[in-house]
Amino acid sequence: MRVLVCVKRVPAPGAKINITADGQAVDTAYLAFTTSPHEECAVEAAVQLVEQHGGEATVLTLGPAEAEEQLRYAASVGVGRCVLLPIDAADWDPQRTAGALAAAIREVEAAHGEFDLVLFGNESADSGNFQIGVRVAYALGRPMVNGVKGIEFGPGAVQAKRESDAGVEVYSLPLPAVLGVKEGINLPRYPTMKGRLNAKKVEVAAMAPLAEPGGQQMVTLLQAAEQVSETVILGQGAEAAPAVVDLLEELGLLK
Amino acid sequence: MNVLVVVEHDRGNLSPASLEALTFARSLGAEVHALTLGAAADAASGALGAYGAAVVHQVHHDLLADYGPEAWGEAVAQAVRALAPEAVVACGTDRGNEVMAQAAARLDLPFAANVTEVEQGDGWSIVRVRWGGSLLERCTLSAATKLVSVALHAVEASEAPAAGAAQPLALELAPSLARTTVVDRVERAAGVTLATAPLVVGGGRGVGSAEAFAPLEELAGSLGGVVGCSRAVTNNGWRNHTDQVGQTGTRIAPDLYIACGISGAIQHWVGAMASKKILAINTDKDANMVTKADYAVIGDLHKVVPAITAEIRRRRSGSS
Repeated sequence: MRVLVCVKRVPAPGAKINITADGQAVDTAYLAFTTSPHEECAVEAAVQLVEQHGGEATVLTLGPAEAEEQLRYAASVGVGRCVLLPIDAADWDPQRTAGALAAAIREVEAAHGEFDLVLFGNESADSGNFQIGVRVAYALGRPMVNGVKGIEFGPGAVQAKRESDAGVEVYSLPLPAVLGVKEGINLPRYPTMKGRLNAKKVEVAAMAPLAEPGGQQMVTLLQAAEQVSETVILGQGAEAAPAVVDLLEELGLLK
Repeated sequence: MNVLVVVEHDRGNLSPASLEALTFARSLGAEVHALTLGAAADAASGALGAYGAAVVHQVHHDLLADYGPEAWGEAVAQAVRALAPEAVVACGTDRGNEVMAQAAARLDLPFAANVTEVEQGDGWSIVRVRWGGSLLERCTLSAATKLVSVALHAVEASEAPAAGAAQPLALELAPSLARTTVVDRVERAAGVTLATAPLVVGGGRGVGSAEAFAPLEELAGSLGGVVGCSRAVTNNGWRNHTDQVGQTGTRIAPDLYIACGISGAIQHWVGAMASKKILAINTDKDANMVTKADYAVIGDLHKVVPAITAEIRRRRSGSS
């Protein structure tokens, strides 16, 4: 099978996210970068599918040149091909991103053959627009289900499971299909030493992204209102237990 | 001109987020209309009227008997073409955002997800949620029809009675849309879940191992609560992802969240911040979870947690 996974490079924030002075970006001076969490699981899902069914996995990203790091990380855990759509920003607006991804996928497919499955993350950790995968699927004319926590690939169709308030929903999508993956579908592996060495050597194909800006444009980032609370220290160590149980009683939780 | 609210329901069970979406839509100043997909939702018209829907457009179709992102998205797109609303407001839930993304793709319009504020003008100036709520973004939305979803709990649902007049809306949906409708459902067993539990005992990296969660289980069990955990814990394979509290896990809102050995990174905090009260147990008095908590015990959770359980047992047995 041929499977494509689309990922995004995002900052890995700690306890607080700071904004740059011009309000245009997260201040990443002291931050590392990572693959957006749902997409990390999408990469693992792609690698597992190829292990089970044979074929090849490809990883694609639209982002700054540095996003090559996330492509090579995917290669280090078993993805065979890397494609970078370099832009001069951390990201583009959702319509433009989706347009560029759809065009790039068509081009890759024209050269190497159709993907049976295209995987996205449910939403990116940073901008959280909840729409890139859906828009790409529509542009490609393929069925798409987001929020997927289980994939079973069979001849001609893929079964996808997702959680809802009521329980688990099961979908059966004809191939080729697009799925948005949620964290929890698997536990992403760590790269092996051999994987890391392979990742250094893998070729990263660059393609120029082409798409017009869409109708949603960021003006500035803002800090959310802080919940200010004075922390009441109930005590130190095990001796604080009576004070904790007093609190439980006060809150009506000790029935 | 009017604003159309896409009603979220599951086989007729109205989602509470729908009432928030109606409340938010009223704040936009135009007449509020609601759109219900599937005959099962007809019974909701009364409630939708109570929360401000002047008209409820009801779509009946075999393809809408159960949820399907493409069928629902296509129905919303067709309703927009037929009714020409100024804006469409949906719930900032997994389904709400998915349906709006489908509709937006079909209409070739922008869609702003998880909005908290709207300033109307020629284009709209919008504030929307990023990073699961720890950061916001001001953006412009320029389109003939504005498509937005409302961030969960951005407004408190309130009643404002309107007519709630039911009007059938006939749509043609292509049979091929059935390719993404639900084919099977496994209902969840009734009981307390992480999302609805009145008390959650959370464990982080500081717990140290899968086995070391036993005292947390015991404490939670003695109070009718459940155990949650941080992403570090699920990444270490100590607990199942279904127990994860956080941006990529479950959003909790208990009366009390007892966070044990959790540093309080953004990823975890955005899942826990809706808790009414937070008690942090941590050896580090400067940990983010401690400074953001309402209450804290400074100490080793491996000693503090069993001591709390023992104290509960002691008081219940009536000895003093």
